[in-house]
Amino acid sequence: MDYNTMREFADSWALLAMFVFFVGVVLFAFRPGSKKQADEAARIPLKDE
Amino acid sequence: MKYRTELVGVGFATFLALLGAAFARDALFQAHMWVLFFVLLGGTVLLLRQTRWGAAAAEPVQSEAAYMDGPIRYGAIATLFWGIAGFLVGVIIALQLAFPDLNIEPWFNFGRMRPLHTSAVIFAFGGNALIATSFYVVQRTSRARLFGGDLAWFVFWGYQLFIVMAATGYLLGITQSREYAEPEWYVDLWLTLVWVAYLVVFLGTIFKRKEPHIYVANWFYLSFIVTIAMLHVVNNLAVPVSFLGFKSYSAFSGVQDALTQWWYGHNAVGFFLTAGFLGMMYYFVPKQAERPIYSYRLSIVHFWALIFLYIWAGPHHLHYTALPDWAQTLGMVFSIMLWMPSWGGMINGLMTLSGAWDKLRTDPIIRMMVLAIAFYGMSTFEGPMMSIKAVNSLSHYTDWTIGHVHSGALGWVGMISFGAVYYLVPKLWHRERLYSLRLVTWHFWLATLGIVVYAAVMWVSGIQQGLMWREYDDQGFLVYSFAETVQAMFPYYVVRAIGGLLYLIGALVMVWNVAMTILGHQRQEEPIGGAKPSSQSGLQPAE
Repeated sequence: MDYNTMREFADSWALLAMFVFFVGVVLFAFRPGSKKQADEAARIPLKDE
Repeated sequence: MKYRTELVGVGFATFLALLGAAFARDALFQAHMWVLFFVLLGGTVLLLRQTRWGAAAAEPVQSEAAYMDGPIRYGAIATLFWGIAGFLVGVIIALQLAFPDLNIEPWFNFGRMRPLHTSAVIFAFGGNALIATSFYVVQRTSRARLFGGDLAWFVFWGYQLFIVMAATGYLLGITQSREYAEPEWYVDLWLTLVWVAYLVVFLGTIFKRKEPHIYVANWFYLSFIVTIAMLHVVNNLAVPVSFLGFKSYSAFSGVQDALTQWWYGHNAVGFFLTAGFLGMMYYFVPKQAERPIYSYRLSIVHFWALIFLYIWAGPHHLHYTALPDWAQTLGMVFSIMLWMPSWGGMINGLMTLSGAWDKLRTDPIIRMMVLAIAFYGMSTFEGPMMSIKAVNSLSHYTDWTIGHVHSGALGWVGMISFGAVYYLVPKLWHRERLYSLRLVTWHFWLATLGIVVYAAVMWVSGIQQGLMWREYDDQGFLVYSFAETVQAMFPYYVVRAIGGLLYLIGALVMVWNVAMTILGHQRQEEPIGGAKPSSQSGLQPAE
């Protein structure tokens, strides 16, 4: 694997994969019904002590 | 017998240090090994004094139910100790720039004191704050005791040893000249070992958690630990000349070496000084405000945006150098995209107070945290702007960069750490409250004034410097010699030292306040914002 192969992979498939992952994370975070779970998670520090 | 393994380990290491000093190939390595020998010897003596020689069965069994707070207490004190040391050295080198006669050769000249200052504030002050708070937060949000028993103590003391070896090495003149990674190969190896132990303790605690969800603060802390491990190992790949000598040569050369250094350097900012302290923000701001974070879902987007973008921003430190143009542009574009997590984090932190803004008036600790978040927003706005090539051509190599770094370091990192320590100390020592909230207000204003003076002065001097460097006359000659631009900086350097001094005095007020709290004193004082209206007096009819 030389520099050019890695470079081409990095700015095509790898870039796409990371972009798709990121968009997926955002969609997952704001999926319908996630608000209740998120609000519960946000209370974790306050449940203590 | 208590501490058997520890005693054997430290004793053996002391012996190895002695051998290192005896067979050293060069004088500097020998001197450094003597330092190590005496530090470890002190450690061995301390351990021997702590040891009880009774039978093992007589030892009380540590309860698995209780949180492990010992290393956190030590960590809070170490944070303050190294903070004072780092700020003090900062004031000294600021004065050295204004008055060069203060360079005392060879040990205390600017070239050796400057890495002492940066490492002391970033790794010793910031690092101890991060380790202590991460141990605190991961236990509370996982509802589990720290994993690995005394391994957490190894992390604490091992990290202090790293700091002492790095600091004494700089003063002796041992450096590999990589910014924020100056320690030589043997100190780097030691830090790697300590860092892996840190990762094991942190991950182990998350694995045995009783809370099903991993709270977002732990995500930030974990990303900080993992990324720093990766950066540290790759950036410090080097071949030592001798196993008993200090000198090593980097595995990279030329522009690859420069890019590796700034890939490390910028992500030290991104993951050490940002991600780690965001972990702090996501726990201590909700705790102090007694309200959950504004939007948990925004914090998830904040996290992933930060992770995906920061790692590519390093090339902006190498604008207009031998680095390929496309890499410079890539660094610039990713830096600008960092406005996304910057504003996401700032909004999330500040809006946590929505509906409770009155606390700003009555709670100086909240005020400190809010100022920290405001500086997070401001310095992470300024940074991407400075990474734009056209702006960078003016700002690079000038004091503007120094001012930018300090608005982030003093404003964001310093203030959020102070806020966290003020929150932690009464909890860790089981005190009802801090010795004095009024003193926190003093600290707040001293530090804020110090930062504002520092940053404003560096803007003026930096832009003036940049403009003077690029001033041509109609013949095409440079108008100013370099020495003239240095001379023009003198008043700014004096005022900058005053700004730093104010910040140092604020931190000394904090040390007094924290020490009195630990000793169990409470200062009698009026509550801030006037006396609380009690239920009777508030309802009394007018006479």
